[in-house]
Amino acid sequence: MDFSYTILIPLIPLALFLVLGIFSKKITPAISGWLGSLGLGSSFVLSLYTAYHYFLKGKVNDVYQTFIYKDTWIIFTDKLHIDMGVLIDPISVMMLVVVSTVSFMVHLYSIGYMKGDDGFTRFFAYLSLFSFSMFGLVLATNLFQMYIFWELVGVSSYLLIGYYYTKPSAVAAGKKAFIVTRFADLGFLLGILILSYYTGTFDFDLLTNPEGSIITNGVASSFMGLSVLTWAILLIFIGGAGKSAMFPLHIWLPDAMEGPTPVSALIHAATMVVAGVYLVARMFPLYYFLDNGFALDVVAYVGAFSALFAAIIAVTQTDIKRVLAFSTMSQIGYMMLALGVSKYEGHDGLGFMASMFHLFTHAMFKGLLFLAAGSVIHAVHSNYLKDMGGLRKYMPITNIVFLIAALSIAGFPGFAGFFSKDEILVAAFESNMLLYVIGVFVAGLTAFYMFRLYFGIFWGKETKFEHAPHESPLSMTIPMLFLAFMSIAGGYIHFSEYVTADHQSFEAHLNYPLAAITVGVGLIGIIIAYVLYKKETSIPLKLSNSFGSFYKWTYDKFYIDEIYLFVTKKIIFGLIAAPAAWFDKHIVDASMIGIGNATASLSNRIKGMQSGKFQDYAMSFIGGGVVIAMIIFYIWIN
Amino acid sequence: MIEGISIYEILTLTSILFFIGVYGFFTRENLITILMSIELILNAAAVNFVIINTYLFPDFLQGAIFSIFIIALAAAETALAIAIIINLYKLVTSVEVRDTETMKH
Amino acid sequence: MERILFYIFAVLIVIFAVASVSSRKILRAVIYLLIVLTAVSGLYFLIDYNFLAAIQLTVYGGGVIVLIIFSVLLVHHVELELEITPLKTKIIAAALVVAGLSITLWAILTYPFNTANNYKSIEVDVIGEKLLSYGEGGFILPFEVISVLLFAIMVGAIVIAKGKKLGIKTGEKLE
Repeated sequence: MDFSYTILIPLIPLALFLVLGIFSKKITPAISGWLGSLGLGSSFVLSLYTAYHYFLKGKVNDVYQTFIYKDTWIIFTDKLHIDMGVLIDPISVMMLVVVSTVSFMVHLYSIGYMKGDDGFTRFFAYLSLFSFSMFGLVLATNLFQMYIFWELVGVSSYLLIGYYYTKPSAVAAGKKAFIVTRFADLGFLLGILILSYYTGTFDFDLLTNPEGSIITNGVASSFMGLSVLTWAILLIFIGGAGKSAMFPLHIWLPDAMEGPTPVSALIHAATMVVAGVYLVARMFPLYYFLDNGFALDVVAYVGAFSALFAAIIAVTQTDIKRVLAFSTMSQIGYMMLALGVSKYEGHDGLGFMASMFHLFTHAMFKGLLFLAAGSVIHAVHSNYLKDMGGLRKYMPITNIVFLIAALSIAGFPGFAGFFSKDEILVAAFESNMLLYVIGVFVAGLTAFYMFRLYFGIFWGKETKFEHAPHESPLSMTIPMLFLAFMSIAGGYIHFSEYVTADHQSFEAHLNYPLAAITVGVGLIGIIIAYVLYKKETSIPLKLSNSFGSFYKWTYDKFYIDEIYLFVTKKIIFGLIAAPAAWFDKHIVDASMIGIGNATASLSNRIKGMQSGKFQDYAMSFIGGGVVIAMIIFYIWIN
Repeated sequence: MIEGISIYEILTLTSILFFIGVYGFFTRENLITILMSIELILNAAAVNFVIINTYLFPDFLQGAIFSIFIIALAAAETALAIAIIINLYKLVTSVEVRDTETMKH
Repeated sequence: MERILFYIFAVLIVIFAVASVSSRKILRAVIYLLIVLTAVSGLYFLIDYNFLAAIQLTVYGGGVIVLIIFSVLLVHHVELELEITPLKTKIIAAALVVAGLSITLWAILTYPFNTANNYKSIEVDVIGEKLLSYGEGGFILPFEVISVLLFAIMVGAIVIAKGKKLGIKTGEKLE
C-alpha cells in the first residue's frame, strides 16, 4: 500500500498560501475565497480518501500498520538526524480528517462571514498557512519536524488572532498568545533536546515502539528520583499544555477570542488547541511505560483540574466567545484526563480511544458552536449576552444547529458528545474514583453553562433591535448544517475499531449505569439553566449575589491574569529587569558613551591642527625632521 | 675648487640659501611665490652636489651630472606647477593658499 | 681675487634670497630671484664648471624666470601687493628655520671633510660622454628616464593648462 500521496494534503494549502500571499493585492476577494475553499476542499477529499484507504485496508494481522515516508534533512551524527516526511498511523489519519473537515468548513463559512473585509485575501492566505502547518504537525515523523510545524502553527495563530491589527486589544491578544505558548514551547524544546541526547533519535517510530530498547531498557541517568526521560516527556508536556491551554498556561486562550470568529472555530476550538492532546497521544507509550506512568498521572491531574477550573469560570462569563473558550479548555482537560487514565493494551486502552474519540466529536460540535456564535455575532454585532435574547425568531437555522451542538456537548443521549464523554467517564471510573467524580461534576457544569448560553441567546428577554437580525447567508449556514450533522453522526463511528493505543481493535460497549448517571447530571444542569434563563427572571442575579465574593472571583477568572501580571511586572520587571536596565544604561552604556564623547571632544580639539594648509603640514614635517636630527646627534655625541 | 675657499664656507652658504627657501615656503601666502621658494631650495641642493663632487671626489662625475638632472627636473616642475596654478586660477580666480584649502573637507 | 668674488656672490645670494622671500611686490620678488640665480651661476663659474653655469643661466635665468613672470602677469596686476603673513606664522617659521639651520651648520662644521687635492675642471665633452655612456659609470639610464619624464611633463602641462576642454564638468562649474 502506498500512502505517499498524503504529502499533497499539506502541500496544497502551502501552495495556496504562497499564491494568495504573493498576489494578495491582485486577487479579488471573490476569487481568493473560492480558491482557498477549493484547495482545502481537495485536501479534505484526499484526507477522506486516505482514511477510507487506511482504515479499511491498513490492517495486517489485526494490527494497523504504520507507514513512514521520509527524507533525511539535517544530519548531526550517524544516528541522530532530522527527517522530513509523513507518518501514517491511526491517530494521524484521524487528525487529518478532523483538521481538513473543520478547516474546509471554516473556509466556506469565512466566505460569508468575512465578506467586505479589507484583508479578505490576506485572511485566506493566513488560513491556508495555518492549515499547512497543522497538517505538517499531524503528519510529522519525528519530534523535531513536529516542533518546526508546532512553531509555524503558533505563528499563524498569532497572525490570525491579531488579524484586526488596528485594534489594540487584538494586537495585545496576539502577542499574549504567542508569548505564552512560546514560553511553554521552551519546555518542549528542552524536552526534545534531553530526549534526543539520551536516546539518540528524534523518530517517533523508534521512541514509541513498546518493544524498542528505549522503553524496555530506558536510560541509566536519573534526576531527583525520576528517569531523565520522564523529565524530558514532562517538559514536552509543558509545551503541549501551553498549546492546549492547560492550567496555568491557559491565560492566552480567552484573549485569543479577539480574532475573527471563524479563526476561533478553526484554531482555538477544533485543531491547534488539541495539538497538545495529539502530542501526548503520539508519544503515549513513552508516557505510559516510563517510571510506571508517573508523567501520565501528571497529565491526568492537570487535565482534570483544568476541566473543573475552566468549567467554573465558564459559568459566570458574559462574553459568549469567552464562554466557549473556557468550555474548550474544559473539554481539552477532559481529553487529557482520558489520556491520563488510559492503559496501553486492548480494552484497557479505553481512555486513549475515548480521548481521541472526544477530540473528534469535540472538533465537530465545538467548531459548530463557534460558527453558530459567529453567526449570532454577525447578526447582532456584539459579543455580549446582554445584547442578545429571543433570537430564535430571527435566526431559525442558527437556533437549531446551536441547540444540536449544545445537546452534543452536554452529553445528551443520541448525540456525538454523549458517546465520547461516556467512554471517558468509564475509563476514569475504572481507574481513579476522584477523577471520575470531577469528570461527572464537570459534565453537569458543562450542560448548565452551555444551556445558560443557549437560553440567553435564543430565548430569555425579548431584546429590541435597531435593525432586525436576519439569518446568515447560505455560505455560512451550509457548513453549520454539515457540522451539525457530524455532531450527531460522529458518535456512531466505532472508534474502538480504528483508533487505539496499540493499533488493535477492541469492542467497547456503553456502560448503562454510568451513562445514566452522566445523563442524569447533565439533565439536572440543563433543567437548572432552563429554570434560570428560559424567561427573564431575577433569580440569577440573586444567586450570584448569594455567592458573593466567590462569584466575583470566578467572574474575574480567579485573577490568574493578575497573578501573571504581578509576577512579570512587579517581580521580574521591577526587581530584576529594572535594576539590570539601570545598570546597563548608567554603567555599561555610560562608559561606552563616555569613551565616545571623550574621543569626539579630543578630536574637536585637535581638529584645528588639520588646517588644510599644506604649509602647516610642511612646517610639522620640517619641525619633526629637526627634532629627529637633534635626537640622532645627541645619541651620536654620547 | 675655489682658491682660498674651504668646503665649509660654501656648504654654510648653501645651507643658509636652503633655509631661506624653507622660510619662504612657510610664510608665503601666494602659490607663485611659494614656487619661487622651492627654486631656491633646489638651487641650494644643486650647488651642494657640485661642491661635494669637486671638493671631495674629483675623480667621479656623479655630482656634476646629477646637478644637471636637478636643473632639468626643476624646470619641468616649474612648468607643471605653473600649468596647475593657471588652471586653479581659472577655477577659483585666486592663487592664494587659503583658497585651496577645500581638500581638507 | 676668487675669494673676494666668492664673498661678493655669497653676499648677493643671501641678501637677494631674503629679499625674494620677503618682498611684498611679486614682480620685484621675481627679479630678486633672478639675481640669486645669476649669482649661483657665478659660483659655478668659480668652480670651473662652465657648462652647468651656462645651463643655469639659460634654463633658470632664461626659461624658468620668464615662465614665472608670465604667470605672474597672467594672474596678477603688476603693482599688486601681497598679503602680509600673520606675525605668528612668521615667528614660528623663523624659529623652525633657525633651529634647522643651526643643527645643519653644527653638523657640517663639526664634520671633518677629507678634501681631495687632485682637482680638475669639469669639461663638457666628459660630461657628454658620461651622459650617453652605457658602460661602467655611465648615465644613459637616468638620462633616458629624465627625457621620458620631461616629455610626460610637457604633455601634462599642456593638458592641465588647457583645463576647460579636459572635462566638461569643470567648465560647467565655472559658468
